[in-house]
Amino acid sequence: MNWTVIQQSLPEFAQGFKLTLWLSFVGIIGAIIVGIISSLSQYFRVPVVGKIVGAYVEIARNTPLLIQLFFLYYAFPVMGIKMAAQTCGIIGLIFLGGAYMAEGFTGGFNGVSKSQLDSGRALGMSDFQLARYIVFPQGFALSMPALAANIIFLIKETSIFSVIAIPELTNTALDLIGMYYQSNEYLFVLVVAYAIILIPLIVFLTWLERRVRYGTFGD
Amino acid sequence: MAHSGINVLFEGTNFARLMGGLWTAVWIAAISLIIGLALGTILGMLRTLHNRVIRFILLMYLEFFRIVPTVVLLFLAYYILPRQFNVNWPATWMAVLAFSLWVSAEFSDIVRGALESIPVHQRESGLALGLNQWQLFRYVLLPQAIRLELPATINLATRVIKTTSLLLMISIMDVINVGQQIIEANNQNYPTGVFWVYGLIFILYFIIDYPLSRWAKHLTAKQKY
Amino acid sequence: MAEEILKVEHLDKYYGDWQALHDINFSINKGEVVTLLGPSGSGKSTLIRTLNGLESYRKGTIYFQGKKVDPNPKEWQALRQKIGMVFQSYDLFPNLTVMDNILLAPTKVQGRDKEEVRKEALALLDRVELRKHADSYPRQLSGGQKQRIAIVRALAMHPELMLFDEVTASLDPEMVRGVLKIIKELSDQDHMTMIIVTHEMNFAAKIADKVLFLEKGKILEETPGKQFFDHPQTDRAAEFLNSMDF
Ligand SMILES: Nc1ncnc2c1ncn2[C@@H]1O[C@H](COP(=O)(O)OP(=O)(O)O)[C@@H](O)[C@H]1O
Ligand SMILES: [Mg+2]
Repeated sequence: MNWTVIQQSLPEFAQGFKLTLWLSFVGIIGAIIVGIISSLSQYFRVPVVGKIVGAYVEIARNTPLLIQLFFLYYAFPVMGIKMAAQTCGIIGLIFLGGAYMAEGFTGGFNGVSKSQLDSGRALGMSDFQLARYIVFPQGFALSMPALAANIIFLIKETSIFSVIAIPELTNTALDLIGMYYQSNEYLFVLVVAYAIILIPLIVFLTWLERRVRYGTFGD
Repeated sequence: MAHSGINVLFEGTNFARLMGGLWTAVWIAAISLIIGLALGTILGMLRTLHNRVIRFILLMYLEFFRIVPTVVLLFLAYYILPRQFNVNWPATWMAVLAFSLWVSAEFSDIVRGALESIPVHQRESGLALGLNQWQLFRYVLLPQAIRLELPATINLATRVIKTTSLLLMISIMDVINVGQQIIEANNQNYPTGVFWVYGLIFILYFIIDYPLSRWAKHLTAKQKY
Repeated sequence: MAEEILKVEHLDKYYGDWQALHDINFSINKGEVVTLLGPSGSGKSTLIRTLNGLESYRKGTIYFQGKKVDPNPKEWQALRQKIGMVFQSYDLFPNLTVMDNILLAPTKVQGRDKEEVRKEALALLDRVELRKHADSYPRQLSGGQKQRIAIVRALAMHPELMLFDEVTASLDPEMVRGVLKIIKELSDQDHMTMIIVTHEMNFAAKIADKVLFLEKGKILEETPGKQFFDHPQTDRAAEFLNSMDF
């Protein structure tokens, strides 16, 4: 292991690090929004939309992100839709992540007990009020474990962006290996970089999960 | 008029080549799963033992695979083994190695979870009948654990299959890599070929993974009631 | 003549193909207490849940305050604001404090002024001796306390009719009395109109103006309260009372 090599590569890795964080952040926020809307439309069996969302979730979850990205990046231009690589990356991550988040939230919403809904109804609440005051807060707490797992998963998936030459962490490492052939050093930095992002995040999400669970259900 | 793009799939041996690429992806997934599940079962059983050192080491092993993206795992195998250890396997075997270890880590956690969720009295009544530790595992715990862990295992399999899409990154002639070559070779005659080739690959993955994930969902729903 | 709050005519209820309620007929006047008795599985919960639209019915008519109920979701939602219901499992909202549990529906559903409802809620909490728990979360309360809060939560809506479905069935014996006392007071002091499903026969005997005895989804007899416990009209009811040995 050559420390000088590592040291000299750090500025470039820092760039990749920032980009990985940024793309993950935007993608995850987008995925959460898409996921919430999707699962609510399924939960309330919104006509037509619910069915379309169901199909979307199955398609996105059962195909690899890489091929989704290739489609966006290489096949869409043939149909006259041309987007920058990073845009494709974010859209791909939201497309994939939205479906995973939808599954997670649906699991949570369905976990809200029927008797809670009954007692809300018995108080005269409308469907919207049931969603707003009962299904959503309790279902959200129940989906926290899935949400946390999906966040970690999506951050790791950004490594696949390297196939469409987005200069995030993995792409940075591959570029450096291609140029200077020091694979041990660059792969080492790469693994450490992911650890720096993910370990604190895993610790934080585990803590948050407990807090939300306690705050909502008291156990 | 340009040829209709869909015909690119049937030009020459293109379709057969794509299927050949798919086969490469499928057998890599299959072998990795077999090795990974076997190794994962052993690791999972070890994780239910009371030895703290073993449990800690195996937990670290799991966390490593939780943190490192699969793409990076592939590169670790691809670059480190030949240069560091002079192991000069073909890339496909590097992929099998990386996937197997990854699967074993994930599966060890599934096995541990399943074993720990079997009620204590099952273990106790097995011991009360005079079974030894191995017989207890073999006849009481394992059969129940397998039933519990089946949905998660199927989901893991779908993930491994999807992950084979990454094989082209270490130059394996998988279905996507073949697809890229076909697209490039036919770019003149079939400018929309890219759409059809990636479209087909998209559908192929879906056809393999969708029934599996439906099955897993069905099993999960059945276990709840 | 007393005002009629609720009337049920020829009501049939099905779960799928299976008929759960057969030709139910009865009515309840303002200030009256009806208790619904019968063996487990006889359809008491099904009936009481049908009365506020939590279950749909296939045939028959329900009149509320003399007006025929058009059984669509919107109409039921409006009616439920006048029909309070308390369940066996209390089902307070675990993510809200006691006070917020009580305030939620009056402010959000009925759009009433929060401060005014809060004052009223505190008075109700005083009545059930739980004022000091206004800011507690349900998890900090015992079963009996939770059930008293659930009653307050329903009362804060100013219901015309209260439905109680085995509200003491999952409570420890020493908690039961406090809850029953509140229900008794509601009848004696507030002249609240109530339909009560219970297995507490002593309580039923004291509070019931009228008993409906259900078996297999049918009303076998409808008898004034005192008379039912002294001289039930049917053998089945007599057997039932004996089996409850109180
Ligand atoms: N949601 C339901 N679907 C199908 N059958 C039900 C449902 N709820 C209750 N039942 C059936 O209806 C009958 C009456 O149940 P219930 O009203 O709960 O009786 P009770 O409250 O008198 O014990 C029982 O046979 C029960 O199994
Ligand atoms: Mg009942």
